[in-house]
Amino acid sequence: MGKKVLAELVNKEELNKDIFKFSVRSKEIADLAKPGQFLDIKVSDKGEPFLRRPISIHNVDKENGIVEFIFMVVGKGTKILAERNVGEKLDILGPLGNGTFDTDKKYNSVSIIGGGLGVFPLYELTKKLKNNASLNVYLGFRNKDLVTCEKEFEAIGLNKLCVTTDDGSYKEKGFAIDFMKKDIEEHRVDKIFACGPLPMLRAVKEYADKEGIDCELSMEERMGCGIGACLGCAIEYIRDDGTKTYKHVCKDGPVFDSKKIIF
Amino acid sequence: MNLGVDFCGIKLKNPVTVASGTFGYGREFEEYIDLNRLGAIITKGTTLKEKLGNKAPRICEVTGGLLNSIGLQNPGVEHFLKEDLPFLRKFDTKIIVNACGSTVEDYVELCKILNDADIDGVELNLSCPNVKEGCLAFGTTYEGVKGVTEKVRKVLDRKPLIVKLTPNVTDITQPAKGAEDAGADGISAINTLLGMKIDIKKRRPILANNTGGFAGPAIKPVAVRMVYQIAQAVNIPVMGLGGIMTGEDAIEFMEAGATAISIGAGNMVDPETSIRVIDEIEEFMKANQIDDIKKLIGSVEMN
Repeated sequence: MGKKVLAELVNKEELNKDIFKFSVRSKEIADLAKPGQFLDIKVSDKGEPFLRRPISIHNVDKENGIVEFIFMVVGKGTKILAERNVGEKLDILGPLGNGTFDTDKKYNSVSIIGGGLGVFPLYELTKKLKNNASLNVYLGFRNKDLVTCEKEFEAIGLNKLCVTTDDGSYKEKGFAIDFMKKDIEEHRVDKIFACGPLPMLRAVKEYADKEGIDCELSMEERMGCGIGACLGCAIEYIRDDGTKTYKHVCKDGPVFDSKKIIF
Repeated sequence: MNLGVDFCGIKLKNPVTVASGTFGYGREFEEYIDLNRLGAIITKGTTLKEKLGNKAPRICEVTGGLLNSIGLQNPGVEHFLKEDLPFLRKFDTKIIVNACGSTVEDYVELCKILNDADIDGVELNLSCPNVKEGCLAFGTTYEGVKGVTEKVRKVLDRKPLIVKLTPNVTDITQPAKGAEDAGADGISAINTLLGMKIDIKKRRPILANNTGGFAGPAIKPVAVRMVYQIAQAVNIPVMGLGGIMTGEDAIEFMEAGATAISIGAGNMVDPETSIRVIDEIEEFMKANQIDDIKKLIGSVEMN
């Protein structure tokens, strides 16, 4: 159930070079938001760029009606967004997505793994699961300069927080998934949640499916309308009867059961 | 003030409709807008049997719009009639079904079914650029359009028949005349322009299908010109579309000769676009003392 709102940008922070955290005030969105959902943001009123920019929700403060999202400047749309000022109103559709992280179930032990920008949507999930399970969180970044949100995750109170860099310039060297696998071999978990680049998600899916561990993936695809009408953001999906179809990241996702996704 | 128009026998409360493929079967928009306010909803392109569509990426933004190559993903006509039509019928708006097929037989079979359905009209899609078979194969010539439209007309005798044309032709009046001569009741124009966008680092097109339909405000001048040419060439009414984002855009199409207009890509930017366009048309009429919107239709005079 999404809303169209004009939400005031109340805080703006550059967490790292070209990585911004925006806090917007919208009680409507904060009330409805579930972990894994996203916002579709019109970055400019001038008609260019033409489409909205889908960005995952990072944190929700229901009490104060504040929603936060983190994005990296990667193109002209995010560049314009990064130049918006505190006090301005942002035209936002949200919260969007019907496929959300399942935080209602009772888990014993959970692994949460994020890569790059995929780390940010996992924060709200981790917060939600805090009292629900023993949490092991793995955050992978390309290098030291990109490491973001480590302190925030730490503050949640986790069983384990493992930060990796591909080049070893900070904390553990290597891919986050390898550290996760090693831990799971010693202590099996009953759930894996993942968000990150496609190769990482593919590797997590293969591992989880092989080990028979329940796993949810937050998927990405080039998006049009953001609300399920244009059918642009298609991903291959296995139906219950075993036949193949296309589901849509914006409406059916962005979070999917790993066993249902075909890479 | 009158906003109502008669579009080939379909009485629209206002000339604003929503274009096929940008509005699904209406459900996604219900939480954002009052569907009762729309002149008509033109459904997602619907085929006889379920169609899965093309591989992703299916969407790619360009300056002034986007390219799409969805490939007519839809659940098939039976599913539409059972699951989606009853929902759409709850609203006080007209329902026009966009019908597609791969072969002439597909079109005929589909339209036989639609002839008996509780709908207000059929828009024959002879212009989708994103499927290998059908559509464009029929849609670019006088003979092609006339041939398939005649066959459909024979089985579709109880519903208004609108033919949606592609702009990917040299002379748009030729397929338009083909539709008219075959007995179509109206024409809608234009579908998307065939386009391509290349990722210059990868040296590959962004869309998995390589090419896609170009829509959005960038194509509006082409659409306005074609609507004008069609309106001059035929005596059946025209539904004008192509990049309409505002009430002023809509008025421009009507002055060019459109009896009704359709919002397409505009729905993808903002689910409220169609409603805003209706409001802006009203404001324009008030500001310019136009008491009946019909007075605008085809009112442009050439220099």
